[in-house]
Amino acid sequence: MEITPEIVKEHGLSMQEYERINEILGRKPNINELGMYSVLWSEHCSYKNSKLVLKKFPTKSEYVLLGPGENSGVIDLGDDVGLSFKIESHNHPSAIEPYQGAATGIGGIIRDIFAMGARPIAALDSLRFGDITKDSNSRHLFEYVVKGIGNYGNCVGVPTVAGEVCFEDAYSDNCLVNAMCVGVVQSGDKEIDSLYGRMIKGVAKGEGNHVLYVGSSTGRDGIHGATFASVELTEESTENKSSVQVGDPFQEKLLIEACLELLKTDCVVGMGDMGAAGITSSLSEMASRGNHGIEIDVALVPQRETGMTPYEILLSESQERMVVIVEKGKEEKAFNIIKKWDLHGVIIGKVTKDGMFRILEKGKVVAEVPARSLADDAPVYERKGKVPDYLLKTREFKNTDVADVTEANSNIILKKLVAAPNIASKRWVYEQYDHMVQTNTFVNPGEADAAVIYIKGTDKRIAVKTDGNGRYCYLNPLVGGKIAVAEAARNVACTGAKPLAMTNCLNFGNPEKQDSFFQLDMSVEGMAEACRKLSTPVISGNVSLYNESESRRVYPTPVVGIVGLFDKDVEPMTISFKNDSDLVYLVGQNKDEIGGSEYLKVAHDLITGDCPGMDLDYEVAMQSKILKAIKLKLVNSVHDVSDGGIAVAMLECMKGNNLGADVNFKSNGLRNDSILFGETQSRYVVTVSGNNKDAFEGIFEKDCELVGKTQKNDSLSIKIDGKTFIDIDGKEYKDIYDNSISKVMTIE
Amino acid sequence: MKYGVVVFPGSNCDSDCYHAVTDQLHEEAVYIWHEEASLPNGLDVIVLPGGFSYGDYLRCGAISKFSKIMQEVIKFANNGGYVIGICNGFQILTECGLLPGALLMNTSQKFICKSLELEVVNNQTSFTKTFTPGEIITVPIAHGEGRYHIDENGLKELMANDQIAFKYVNNPNGSIADIAGIFNKKKNVLGMMPHPERCLFRNRKSLNILDIK
Repeated sequence: MEITPEIVKEHGLSMQEYERINEILGRKPNINELGMYSVLWSEHCSYKNSKLVLKKFPTKSEYVLLGPGENSGVIDLGDDVGLSFKIESHNHPSAIEPYQGAATGIGGIIRDIFAMGARPIAALDSLRFGDITKDSNSRHLFEYVVKGIGNYGNCVGVPTVAGEVCFEDAYSDNCLVNAMCVGVVQSGDKEIDSLYGRMIKGVAKGEGNHVLYVGSSTGRDGIHGATFASVELTEESTENKSSVQVGDPFQEKLLIEACLELLKTDCVVGMGDMGAAGITSSLSEMASRGNHGIEIDVALVPQRETGMTPYEILLSESQERMVVIVEKGKEEKAFNIIKKWDLHGVIIGKVTKDGMFRILEKGKVVAEVPARSLADDAPVYERKGKVPDYLLKTREFKNTDVADVTEANSNIILKKLVAAPNIASKRWVYEQYDHMVQTNTFVNPGEADAAVIYIKGTDKRIAVKTDGNGRYCYLNPLVGGKIAVAEAARNVACTGAKPLAMTNCLNFGNPEKQDSFFQLDMSVEGMAEACRKLSTPVISGNVSLYNESESRRVYPTPVVGIVGLFDKDVEPMTISFKNDSDLVYLVGQNKDEIGGSEYLKVAHDLITGDCPGMDLDYEVAMQSKILKAIKLKLVNSVHDVSDGGIAVAMLECMKGNNLGADVNFKSNGLRNDSILFGETQSRYVVTVSGNNKDAFEGIFEKDCELVGKTQKNDSLSIKIDGKTFIDIDGKEYKDIYDNSISKVMTIE
Repeated sequence: MKYGVVVFPGSNCDSDCYHAVTDQLHEEAVYIWHEEASLPNGLDVIVLPGGFSYGDYLRCGAISKFSKIMQEVIKFANNGGYVIGICNGFQILTECGLLPGALLMNTSQKFICKSLELEVVNNQTSFTKTFTPGEIITVPIAHGEGRYHIDENGLKELMANDQIAFKYVNNPNGSIADIAGIFNKKKNVLGMMPHPERCLFRNRKSLNILDIK
């Protein structure tokens, strides 16, 4: 087949990139080779537009065992217990086919984790959709994404323990589906428990070793999924259903058990998942990491359809497939285990010394390229950013542009806020997920600011949370980026766990457009600074660019997943008020900040202004004081103040034990709406027993304000300078909070 | 007491049951692979754990009943051995005929995972004797196909023989007569949709269902 400029373009490659391939090969590529370069050099696989930006992230600390670059990163929890975690996007497939798109997103991220030898112990999901109150397509996407995540995660036996969901018009055309998985791996010589595998890397080395294919057969599904993820969605994309894969969680469950059992033997050299860009990407990356080559024969690859071409086999993204490099002579051991689990396993090739990725079809060479050139030699682009035009307008907003709340309307506004899907309980979502299987889930979703997970067979406990406020990043990419990291870390700290490291998924628009690149560049700048200050280096992650349609771009949405570790003597902390007449404190400082808040959107129909400020030094100081207060058992409940401000935070604390609160704030000249509904950062609602008052105040000094007491009566009263603004029945408001989303989802 | 936890391909609460028995009840437990042709010696209790055995293909529990080990489990039960099937295990018990009735898709058509209250209906069995009659206990559920169904005569027979073990206080899935778990006639086989093995951090009393004495 003659390679024409049209064919090059259809493969998402520029003519310059095509020239570069010619140079590398010293000849023109054939169609198979062109296909291979097109997927490996897509943004999804190569990070060609984001690589330079990603360099800003710190990636090392005393806890980091393995940073970015492998299937997933690993941190050290001590005693040879490693924790592997990563977040990844499946945005484009989910926008086209929400059920399978989301399901296979979960499947893919779980494989990345057990490919490291880790047993997956928890999953989290960060979802963004259009406004479900007015857009039926967004309801449809939301319904089926949740169903897809649930059915896959539930069957595979990995609990979905936390996450977030936001709804904004900006996500109407491009929903975001980010999935995170956390796994436990034996990182040293000592066996922790028979549940866990030993740490293994995605490498191919040792000439003559076998390339063993395990799992589902290869079909025509998902061809060019990685390229598809790297272009803007158009009308045609919705017809592009062949780019969406179909998941089989039962097969995945067998793969987990078989792969972890394989690692109990001495036959495994390396392991990898065939995910985005399938066989081509996993094998070329493994060969490149191992400084070796690989030769396979596509005719040996198990196929579920007849007449598949080498091109199709190489690029298929069929799910639930793993590749294991098995030491020559030890293949029997591997086959016994694979057979035990009723899986399909075939040796499709061997490791070579020459560094080439050579593809045969029935012995005849059909593609031959340097493995490294696919995996590591993609072009790197230095993109330029430019301040987006809309920022000039949003920055003109002043708080005084909108009327302040009054004693007459504050209750009504709070009612609207707790009913808003962004704030309302996500019970409708998490009750469809098995969040308890594996019996490590210490608190149920909604009970603490982060999930708290016990690690079976050890005395270790972790907390984990994802966060990422797209609206803040839209209004101020730099500060929004800082807040994304700070908030995830703060949520982890609220449970009493010390944040250790993070993973992130960068969901942005087209990086080739300057205003979009500006959002990416600035957000990462802010995130990186927060990572350094909070000592949470990045160990893994994923970039999803081109999240825009012809008419709309998503909010710049970095999603951050942070993991923290509990000291042995720390009792995990929850958000609910515990006793009648406990002292209620606000930790942190109130400020006049309503820009970008849910309040401004719900009460004034405005998404504008600047996002709240973020003083990272102050954030770090407050987090470490909160950790200290929890460790010293001085506090009975801790909840961070976020969307919806203090009033919503108080109501959330009233859930669980049906205790109310009666509080009064000093205005200090601030607006009422700032105090009640503002989203100023680094603040917490904390309750303390009377006998711990002095010790508690000794830690926080001027950074805490005693505002009132909890009460047996399940009602909330918030005064400002003695004047009552909020005075509500807890039950009524909590019912609205609990049931708002399920109500919206019954709209026809 | 010695417990055997059967592992089918796709079981995913096998290790939860194993650990609940060994770590919490401090009893001996072994895993039993579904292809085994015989049971380990000296077993007192067999647990059929939750999960998605064989991917729930065809129908929940429909393929598991043909696995080698199930013939042995049936013999064990018929000889008076204790068998408890939880969630998918309950589905398998109804498929293989050790318990009557069937489990259908929840009326909401959705998977439901949450803790809820059960009423102990019959406390005169080895599984339930630590509870008082009518006692309300809390146990989590996690299932998509947990709506218990049985024909009218079957239901009459269940009631006549005191075979109803637990009823939901607030029926989450549309089960007939709010049934959450049932016994066989001899009360040595228990099937239930809720997961007592998950009651580690709270509602620990519900773990007693597994503590057969």
